[in-house]
Amino acid sequence: MPADLLTHVLRQADRTLVLSHRLAEWLTHAPELEEDMALANISLDLLGQARHLYTYAGKLAGHGHDEDHFAYERDATDFRNPLIVEQPNGDFAVTMARQVLHDHAAFLYWESMCSSTDETLAALAARAVNETRFHLRHSTGWMIRLGDGTDESHRRAQAGLDTMWPFAEELLGADDEDDLRTAGLIGPRFDGAWRAAVGATVAEATLTMPPEPPTRSGGLRGEHSEHLAPMLKVMQGLARAHPGATW
Amino acid sequence: MVSELDRLVRAVDDPELPHVTIGDLGMVRSVEVDGNAAHVRLTPTYTGCPATEQIRSDVESAVLAAGYEPSVEFVMSPPWSTDDITDQGRAKLTAAGIAPPGAAADGPVALDLPVACPHCNSRRTRLTSAFGATACKALHMCEACRQPFESFKAI
Repeated sequence: MPADLLTHVLRQADRTLVLSHRLAEWLTHAPELEEDMALANISLDLLGQARHLYTYAGKLAGHGHDEDHFAYERDATDFRNPLIVEQPNGDFAVTMARQVLHDHAAFLYWESMCSSTDETLAALAARAVNETRFHLRHSTGWMIRLGDGTDESHRRAQAGLDTMWPFAEELLGADDEDDLRTAGLIGPRFDGAWRAAVGATVAEATLTMPPEPPTRSGGLRGEHSEHLAPMLKVMQGLARAHPGATW
Repeated sequence: MVSELDRLVRAVDDPELPHVTIGDLGMVRSVEVDGNAAHVRLTPTYTGCPATEQIRSDVESAVLAAGYEPSVEFVMSPPWSTDDITDQGRAKLTAAGIAPPGAAADGPVALDLPVACPHCNSRRTRLTSAFGATACKALHMCEACRQPFESFKAI
């Protein structure tokens, strides 16, 4: 069954929220103070994008639910994020490898959404593409420093890339969204541009592209890895313990 | 009275930037009065800016104090850019020790001219982190006067 616009918006909202939470887990654990701030800033940008997307999803669904409903009152099987963003952070190089794969895709996605026929998504895209530009510079900068650094940082950067690469495919979009593309609601696929961009970063970082194509998928359909539910338990704990609480 | 209300709304301070108003930052898109009701359209700087709710509340207070019933709406289009910051806003940022932004980047790779130090005006500065204490600011170091400083990111 082809996906509707609500499904697409929830996939993007869940992608940004889950990754925002994973990056927030780095707070006070990053290798230097500037990185604590950088990862918190990027996390906050993603959270902002998620809030706008959830608010719009509530409008599309027509049931009057707000952003808190989507973030706090759904179970793991309701989430539609790509698997890569729910994977554990690993060490800093693993996280940066995920960010490189993600940020290249996110930049191309928002760039393509600037000309969406949906005014709400096009307006958000115009803002988000500029935020993502900074995220991309941050993650690619680190990947190059780590890969083209010491033997140890090179080894870890390659291990990070090898860890995250199997999950990369879902970042390029779902195969049930062609109708939305035809209608101009979402932009054309960007697989080639993404492969070229990731390949250029990996080459400059003196790393090696994993030889096998990515194989893991399911998150966009609600079939998640074992890592999402425990993450949601932490993220939703307060809201579920005190339903409807405000402060 | 519309222009007076417009002035009052634009004079609301940004909660995270001392001495800089939301008018200086170019966040106020429109102020419309219909009878006793005033409708204010604002555009957020960053999608995740945590000051958004505080700004909404401060604008509502300003409109109420002027005797109107406020409704504040955040609109995403046209998107906010640092190019919207007024000349007065740029001067206030510099005076507060925050280097104002250059022209916004439009490609994936920005041409990063060194930012001028707001303390000594030297261009011998370097970026220490693109992410500062708030989403809109970056951290720099001045090689001339050896002072660390913040800049408003061009976006």
